[in-house]
Amino acid sequence: MKTKNPIGRKLLDNTVKLLSVGASFLGIFFLAWILLEVTQRGIAAINWDFFTELPAPPGEEGVGLSSAIVGTLIMTVLAVAIGVPLGILSGVYLSEVARGTRTANAIRFCINVLMGVPSIIVGLFVYTILVLPLGQFSGLAGAVSLAIIMLPVIARTTDDMLILVPNALRESALALGTPKWRVTFDIVLRAAKTGMVTGVLLAIARVSGETAPLLFTSLNSFYMPESMMGPTSNLTVTIFNYAMSPYEDWQQMAWGASLLIMISVLGVTIFARAAFKERAK
Amino acid sequence: MKMPRKQGSNASKSPLGDVLYNVFTRGAAGVVILIAIGIVFSLAGNSWPAIEKFGAHFLVDTTWNPVIFEFGALSSIAGTIVSTIIAMIIAVPLSVIIAFFLVELAHPWLSKPIGYAIELLAAVPSIIYGMWGLFVFAPFMADHIQPALQGWFGKLPLFEGPPMGIGMLSAGIILALMILPFITAVMRDVFRMVPSVVKEASFGMGSTTLETAQNVTVKYGFSGLLGAVFLGLGRAVGETMAVTFVIGNSHDISASLFAAGNTIASTLANEFTEAAEPLYMSALIELGLVLFVMTLVIQILAQWWIGRTQKKAGAGL
Repeated sequence: MKTKNPIGRKLLDNTVKLLSVGASFLGIFFLAWILLEVTQRGIAAINWDFFTELPAPPGEEGVGLSSAIVGTLIMTVLAVAIGVPLGILSGVYLSEVARGTRTANAIRFCINVLMGVPSIIVGLFVYTILVLPLGQFSGLAGAVSLAIIMLPVIARTTDDMLILVPNALRESALALGTPKWRVTFDIVLRAAKTGMVTGVLLAIARVSGETAPLLFTSLNSFYMPESMMGPTSNLTVTIFNYAMSPYEDWQQMAWGASLLIMISVLGVTIFARAAFKERAK
Repeated sequence: MKMPRKQGSNASKSPLGDVLYNVFTRGAAGVVILIAIGIVFSLAGNSWPAIEKFGAHFLVDTTWNPVIFEFGALSSIAGTIVSTIIAMIIAVPLSVIIAFFLVELAHPWLSKPIGYAIELLAAVPSIIYGMWGLFVFAPFMADHIQPALQGWFGKLPLFEGPPMGIGMLSAGIILALMILPFITAVMRDVFRMVPSVVKEASFGMGSTTLETAQNVTVKYGFSGLLGAVFLGLGRAVGETMAVTFVIGNSHDISASLFAAGNTIASTLANEFTEAAEPLYMSALIELGLVLFVMTLVIQILAQWWIGRTQKKAGAGL
């Protein structure tokens, strides 16, 4: 190896160090920029009416996004009700029922593929299986698409967390004559509770900010959702529609909705992380 | 493995519980497989009319005209690839040096909060990036960055045209910002796994921090770096909302990065609900199929690579 000029080496070293400091602060700078802009512009749109009034055509006073807030909440809850049990059960299958088998590896592969599927493709898929046959956009289809996005994430978390539970726990419970299902639900899952809760919360945070899959499934509506079998009002698609509109008051509302979504998503994420860290200590 | 069961009051209940347990866990796992296979078949089946009509020509044709039912995916595919390349060119080096900073340079009290902030970038929903991109970042690009680029590299066709703010370059930069935390997180873990003995040996030879990073850490973690790149790639290719907001949504292919373009995902987001004609719808679903195949290939490559390096790591370290 050639010997290089020591001063040049030091200089290069320091330059790269400086660059890496700069890059890190660039990342933080962008995060701060986004948070500040959304907060500043969003707060201007948020008032009491924002939460209690229905959307209206541009130019009207005293309008809000109550229907979209309710719609997003209902669809997220429905998605959790479908996606979380399915995800946990399939994770349990991988780790407790079929550990080490080829079937388990095949399913693990499917889960990894599903995790990599862009959310818009999930929306497209649900469109073809639920919207086309039923003949209309529906909140149910929206919830199903969100559930399909959650499913692999939760299955993977469950699998990863349950693998960490020491086998001695399972063996001692089985030796006491405990049936397998109780070993899983009362002992193994309980031992992995903190990690599971974190995983589920992070998955919920992720889907509650999703827009792309809802574009083709729940669509959007101006009315308070009455049934999950028709187009359902929701915050994220509302942001998209309002932001793309030429009306300034609608764009203003879009900022308000963005702030609401951002606070909920980041709030749940930070809470989940903090809870996990506290327990881990 | 079968366990001899004790005769007890619970004995009559447990078989039922275990039967249900088996049925439900297997059923859930079956649902996972069904969804994975279902995506392939539903996309392929519903795009069949378009596949039949346009054949392989679909992939290389630049015309996208719903009025005369001429559909070619090339502009969307090209846009997806170009925006992803821009994002990777920016995000990969940045992520590597950020990870380098977090692991090798920064004191823990600094490295922790900075690492956390970078991770939070990943939690911000893509529609928020879209809003910020369209109303804040694009005007900033138009006023400051794009004129500056034109000033420096005026003669390059890459930076031709009016600085509108929205367009391929802005979309690529925002994509870079969105995949940055994912690549950084993987790289940070990779750098941390390098045994400190090896690094100390390098320092002992009189290497600088950079030289240690170059000759030891990065070489050691190269396979991890590739894994991280695949991860970022998969994310960037399918990202929808942020791109849809800022890319300008035009089906023209332009040499200039300032021009409006589109990606597969943005075309779907924009046009799907307007597609009333079955053939139009079918062409859009075929676009979705192309995107799905792209992410599938990236996934399979990534998993193959990870599997390979894990085997190697198991044997060699």
